Amino acid sequence: MGSVEHAVSETEQHGPAKGITRWLYTTNHKDIGTLYLLFSLLMFFVGGCMALTIRAELFQPGLQLIVPEFFNQMTTMHGLIMVFGAVMPAFVGLANWMIPMMVGAPDMALPRMNNWSFWILPFAFSMMLSTLFMAGGGPNFGWTFYAPLSTTYAPPSVTFFIFAVHMMGISSIMGAINVIATILNMRAPGMKLMDMPLFVWTWLITAFLLIAVMPVLAGVVTMMLMDIHFDTSFFNAAGGGDPVLFQHVFWFFGHPEVYIMILPAFGVVSEIIPTFARKRLFGYVSMVYATSSIAILSFIVWAHHMFTVGMPLAGELFFMFTTMLIAVPTGVKVFNWIATMFRGSMTFETPMLFALAFVVLFTIGGFSGLMLAIAPADFQYHDTYFVVAHFHYVLVPGSIFSIMAAAYYWLPKWTGHMYNETMGKLHFWLSFIGVNVTFFPMHFLGLAGMPRRIPDYALQFSDFNMVATFGAFLFGFSQLIFVYNLVCCIRSGEKATARVWEGSHGLEWTLPSPPPYHSFTEPPELDKNNTGQS
Amino acid sequence: MSQQQQPNRTLIIRLIAGAVLMFGFGFLLVPLYDVFCQVTGLNGKVLNTGPVQDVNADPQRRVRVQFIAVNNESMPWRFRPEQSQLTVYPGQMKQTAFIAMNPTSSTMIGQAVPSVAPSEAAEFLHKVNCFCFEQQPLDAGEQRAMPLVFVIDAALPEHIKTVTLSYTLFDITPDTGPVAAVTEEPERRNL
Amino acid sequence: MRCNRRALLYAGFFYAPLASADWQLNLIEGATEISRSVYSLHMVIFYICVAIAVVVFGVMFWSIFWHRKSRGAKAAHFHESTWIEILWTIIPVAILVSMAVPASTTLIQMYDKNNAELDIQITGYQWKWRYQYLDQDIDFFSNLTTPADQISNEAIKGDNYLLEVDRPMVIPAGKKVRFLITSNDVIHSWWVPALAVKKDAVPGFINEAWTLVDQPGIYRGQCAELCGKDHGFMPIVVEVKSAEDYQLWLQQQGALKLAQQQSAERDWSVEELMSRGEEVYKQSCLACHQAEGQGIPNVFPALAGSPLMNETVDEHIDVVLNGRSGTAMQAFAEQLSASDLAAVITYERGAWGNQGGAVSVQQIKEMLKE
Repeated sequence: MGSVEHAVSETEQHGPAKGITRWLYTTNHKDIGTLYLLFSLLMFFVGGCMALTIRAELFQPGLQLIVPEFFNQMTTMHGLIMVFGAVMPAFVGLANWMIPMMVGAPDMALPRMNNWSFWILPFAFSMMLSTLFMAGGGPNFGWTFYAPLSTTYAPPSVTFFIFAVHMMGISSIMGAINVIATILNMRAPGMKLMDMPLFVWTWLITAFLLIAVMPVLAGVVTMMLMDIHFDTSFFNAAGGGDPVLFQHVFWFFGHPEVYIMILPAFGVVSEIIPTFARKRLFGYVSMVYATSSIAILSFIVWAHHMFTVGMPLAGELFFMFTTMLIAVPTGVKVFNWIATMFRGSMTFETPMLFALAFVVLFTIGGFSGLMLAIAPADFQYHDTYFVVAHFHYVLVPGSIFSIMAAAYYWLPKWTGHMYNETMGKLHFWLSFIGVNVTFFPMHFLGLAGMPRRIPDYALQFSDFNMVATFGAFLFGFSQLIFVYNLVCCIRSGEKATARVWEGSHGLEWTLPSPPPYHSFTEPPELDKNNTGQS
Repeated sequence: MSQQQQPNRTLIIRLIAGAVLMFGFGFLLVPLYDVFCQVTGLNGKVLNTGPVQDVNADPQRRVRVQFIAVNNESMPWRFRPEQSQLTVYPGQMKQTAFIAMNPTSSTMIGQAVPSVAPSEAAEFLHKVNCFCFEQQPLDAGEQRAMPLVFVIDAALPEHIKTVTLSYTLFDITPDTGPVAAVTEEPERRNL
Repeated sequence: MRCNRRALLYAGFFYAPLASADWQLNLIEGATEISRSVYSLHMVIFYICVAIAVVVFGVMFWSIFWHRKSRGAKAAHFHESTWIEILWTIIPVAILVSMAVPASTTLIQMYDKNNAELDIQITGYQWKWRYQYLDQDIDFFSNLTTPADQISNEAIKGDNYLLEVDRPMVIPAGKKVRFLITSNDVIHSWWVPALAVKKDAVPGFINEAWTLVDQPGIYRGQCAELCGKDHGFMPIVVEVKSAEDYQLWLQQQGALKLAQQQSAERDWSVEELMSRGEEVYKQSCLACHQAEGQGIPNVFPALAGSPLMNETVDEHIDVVLNGRSGTAMQAFAEQLSASDLAAVITYERGAWGNQGGAVSVQQIKEMLKE
């Protein structure tokens, strides 16, 4: 008896293995979460360097630094790396760290698969980045890779790009399965779905979106592969195919993908604002319904990316109306956040600052999205810098700011140390100014008629391009403050308490900081204060 | 732990099945899109070879039918419509032709792909006989008038007064020499 | 010296944007009824968004200012309110409906393509546009004319930098013009902001658009869909002329065609062919094969020192006339006149150390089998 008990407690209490094997073989949700987050940080800088290359070339009219072929490779890779390498893995990393702790589970439901889904990513991205050094260069057809530019007219490296996308897809699908299994099967006894924190809710919905659309992306790249190598004609008009079909299938994936990148951000912000407003989240139930309806609507709006492709009038009208409809649940979310702040007792630590900037700037991105939804006006905006401004407003101060907010919010929990608040605030303000100086002028550029994805431009666009480039470098370099702050926080810093924040709520704050290697070995007691509705 | 694993397993199987289904659905979108195009006439992908309905013929009405010939990419054939436009009444069967000439020194095969504008007119344009139904081989220097017989359906909506029928000619000659050249000399690949 | 000149030019570029400072903030109203209704639609939505923003952000900043802990604010306890949640679902729906009505009206207007007086077929090529006037035997390509040294910052940029072409599309004012848009290779998009027309050019398929410009003028635009390397270098210029000027232009086109035929009849000296050939090369070949015929390794083949340029004449002519299947090499038989073809081939066979020897206009005409 005694020896059995001893063995059990040893397996449960063991710490991490030593050295590199800890990271290679780990099945621990915290280790894998850390790997995901660090990987996405690395990719954020790789993609960021590409963005700065683009902005440097666009600093002035004329070709100064790079040739148009390379410029196209940079825009393509920047998009692919930021979407699939930076934003998505960062959210999976947050899910890995936080979901088991938030639902009162010891670990993720499928730890071994968890390890696999992370370790696919470095290989996928090495393969993708290696295409830049291949004959004919890397992918140069934009992150939307429209056929036939990406099939008949693509550089030979397109095959490697396709396999890289397949690998990322498999990784995402496995990650999503894991999240769903954890949330549905591993919740602490007594925790109903409607007790879950909103971050868990938004991730559950995101995971279902991932399972629904990542296979469609895999399908579309497989069709490309067959068109390129096996003489099929999915997208080749000569053999009875249709290049426009590519766009339909791609955006059937692509639009839900946009929400995959923003729904977890909604979740993060819905955790942070109540904490620092010291007031319960307003309208929890309507938040859940709003998130679900955004997810469902995302399947019937895809062709608003294709208003200029030549659809029948009825199609244009249908997609215009459904797209406008998305503004309703999105509006509900914004109103709920503001109602949460209203008559709260607010303080403005770094995570709160990022969350507030998220609310304001994401809403601005939402407004430009609403303008883009109006089909006749979209004929003027489509494929201009107005679109670039729009999606950078929802992705940079949207998704990326929410990831930053989440990092500052949970860093004390993860590391057991407080980060440097002054440095955090400096990082926030420089990022905030940088983002707006970069992307706000792009609205003007687009309205004045500057198309996307051009390496050189007419003289009337010079002024705002110069401003945008200054902003981009400010934003880019201020991220180094974050890295420095992060390193300092991991190595030393003031000891963090278990609750960390005065207004914190939820199960993750009942664990010590840093939490034990296995989060909840005993199912936690639930009370009013540590469920999502607290 | 084993209690935990059972629900996990069924859930995983369901989710993986879901993912596989969606992968299949991606491919299913191809025929679905074709059906959608057939119904709406989107992109002019209508293969109307149906019977001729002279019953509803309306000799009073006039519809202008324009013909356009487009060469794709490096297709070197000279390709043009015999008549650039015709005026017909709905229900009237008309014959015209597109003229193709192969100026190169080798036999080539072309495939014409039709497209109709406005797209809502596509389902009312019946092609009784069309050179686009088949691949068209032309010997070096050969010229040929390729026939097209069509009828405009009397059900064509009133507001449509002009129908444009375009053919894009693609070179589908099986690659023999040039392909070998491409693999030997990668710089021949285009961007 | 050269270095100094460059430095001076660079200094000039820094200043140039300020000199021509535009700081254009908004959409242009444009030159057509449609573009004006798009503009007013744009402004209406914009003002609605601004109004919503003022209310929403107003409440937010009110809370940030008054309900902060440092001012001693105590948190209230409310966390839901059914009626207010219903209210802020219904009000946005009502606003959206009020936006959808004018938007649909404008869209329906845009889709009315009937009764056009002129049909122009627009074909996108990598990286130029071709305009064919149906029923009028007018057919020409429109190429970028901005000199390469302006793009590479060796010369001061002109006013219409990257927005200038050799032969603009010419249309009459006050007449409805219908565009039939298609593509020769990849997907392009034909966009002129002042006309509020943007339509994709899809290979194998034909798209329709139309415009009716009331005032003569010159309107510029660009390709709006990524179409490869020189996507940023395929501008669109539309010249709208009064009815009389348009008639005059039509006559000129006839004369131009005649002159072209005559130039193919007369004898060309090798020097003439070489100098004309250089111009044609810059216009039609330089984008891919580069200024010194060096090409781009692994992408576009070099012409300097190529066996094709030095030996096999017939094959060289064949490639230029008929293109090379499966590559980006286009067929130029329809793009250039016989004399221009002879000129450019002669140039390619004589420039950059090539020793292929000249070809005659006669040879080209035989190959064209005219």
